[in-house]
Amino acid sequence: MPMKTARLADEATETATLTAETKAALDVRSVQKTYEGQGRTVEAIRELTFEVGPGQLVCIVGPSGAGKTTLLRCMAGLLELSGGEVVLDGRPVTGPPDGMAVVFQEYGRSLFPWMTVRQNIELPLKEKGLGKAARREAVDAALAAVGLLESADAHPWQLSGGMQQRVAIARAVAYEPSVLLMDEPFAAVDAQTRAELEDLVRSLWKRLGVTVIFVTHDIDEAVYLGERVLVLSNRPTVLLEDVAVDLPPERDQLSTRSAPRFGELRGHVYELVQAAKLGQRPGGDVEEP
Amino acid sequence: MTATAAPPRPSAPAAQRPRRRRSWSGGVIGALGVLGAITTAELLSRLAIVNPDYLPPATEIFADLWRLLGEADTWVALRQTVTGWAIGLAIAMAIGVVAGVVIGSVPFLRAFTASTIEFLRPIPSVALIPLVVLLFGTRPLSAITLVVYAATWQVLVQVLYGVADIDPVARDTARSYQFSAWRIARTVIWPSALPYVVTGFRLAAAVALILEITAELVIGVPGLGRSIGIAQSSGAVTETYALVILVGLLGLAVNVAARAVEKRVLHWHPSVRRSLG
Ligand SMILES: Nc1ncnc2c1ncn2[C@@H]1O[C@H](COP(=O)(O)OP(=O)(O)OP(=O)(O)O)[C@@H](O)[C@H]1O
Ligand SMILES: [Mg+2]
Repeated sequence: MPMKTARLADEATETATLTAETKAALDVRSVQKTYEGQGRTVEAIRELTFEVGPGQLVCIVGPSGAGKTTLLRCMAGLLELSGGEVVLDGRPVTGPPDGMAVVFQEYGRSLFPWMTVRQNIELPLKEKGLGKAARREAVDAALAAVGLLESADAHPWQLSGGMQQRVAIARAVAYEPSVLLMDEPFAAVDAQTRAELEDLVRSLWKRLGVTVIFVTHDIDEAVYLGERVLVLSNRPTVLLEDVAVDLPPERDQLSTRSAPRFGELRGHVYELVQAAKLGQRPGGDVEEP
Repeated sequence: MTATAAPPRPSAPAAQRPRRRRSWSGGVIGALGVLGAITTAELLSRLAIVNPDYLPPATEIFADLWRLLGEADTWVALRQTVTGWAIGLAIAMAIGVVAGVVIGSVPFLRAFTASTIEFLRPIPSVALIPLVVLLFGTRPLSAITLVVYAATWQVLVQVLYGVADIDPVARDTARSYQFSAWRIARTVIWPSALPYVVTGFRLAAAVALILEITAELVIGVPGLGRSIGIAQSSGAVTETYALVILVGLLGLAVNVAARAVEKRVLHWHPSVRRSLG
């Protein structure tokens, strides 16, 4: 555990670490999370340590209930950690940080039903202090990108699940964050739209240089999108493997997905996720869930 | 706030049921019901099943009501009642909403005030009549004080429920986009709590009218309630009934108005909204 000793040293020389750690945009250091409810404690995350470089696109996969959402909420400063720390651009995250946008898994509930689609997307921009014209332009661009321009004046509840999900994505995109956290953002869209949105995320990521953490259930999607795929174990969660996706940066739905290397990577991640479901932990030991 | 029975939650208005047919047949059946009740009252009196001295025939009551509506005094009394009711209700809404949002959003305040609220809320406002008479005599302020006391609880408790009912995902969304406290209050807490505020308004409007009339009747604050008292003590039985019906109609109007407000303000709410087209 070199991380632990490093952390102890940190506390002595706080300023030194601030400069030393700026290489990683997002630094997750022995994060632990145990939910304590009335008479029920759930150890969701046992120990997670990884770094995400600035402008990287990292996908996270793992069995259902593994703690992916929990991890994302910890990184977003929305949950108090039980141990460890999350460091963003050299600063420990204690609350929602600047320049971060989150696309929640519960996309429907994260849209405000009393506002139109446009107002929903506009609100964070208002908070950011953008002028009226700039807001309008940003909202239109984001809506056009997700193919929802005609629905700008509808209320979210008048849209289908997939459309709502795209509104939530548009809101995050219009915000132009430097870190974008997405929790299964394409779960409710059809295959065709999904492919388009995947390409949208990749092109935005390239254009804006934003750091993206992308949680998904879909192994193909993780490999297609990511530069790395983090495979999580069963709950209580640890990192099972950090898979580097050594595919060329120019990706294309047809040629990338039919490349032999893509197949190999997908097979590898698939096996890992299957093993995780069966309770495989790093080091080969199997723990009953 | 667990020990006492919960006050009514925002009811899902009738909007989810098939609308057009229901209101048509519902309207007809309702009208028939009213007609039936009036006929029964008429017959009870005409056939002297009930002593007509105590229950004059319905037709006579309505004739007297018609006569009263032609008199300026009636309208003065009506205006006094409505004014007291509206002022009291407005104050209660303001206090209830502001206090509810503030108390509801601060967990410490919520815990701090919970027992106090649970103790004060069940005190019937009429128990305060001696106190307000001592303070304000028969001035309108007496009635307004009672109205405010009674109606504020209705609003406050509903707003507290409303603030507690905010979707955690919506809250997290606002937090993650770093909304200021003021913007969260305006764009998240207020709309989320609005259905409860509206329910609180509807309940408070009804309670406020009851207290306004009670104060007029018992204390002698000018208004329809006092007119009823005067008519009763001077033996004008028919006029007493006519005034009671007038008060009833006022109550009906208040309720209809509150429903209309509800529908307007909550057009986006699942209980009100309908699909396009
Ligand atoms: N608020 C909470 N209180 C208590 N336990 C919780 C809470 N939220 C999540 N958990 C528990 O933590 C574990 C991880 O949940 P989490 O939502 O992070 O999983 P997930 O990986 O996102 O699953 P999925 O892929 O199904 O979305 C689960 O066992 C869940 O029951
Ligand atoms: Mg999840």
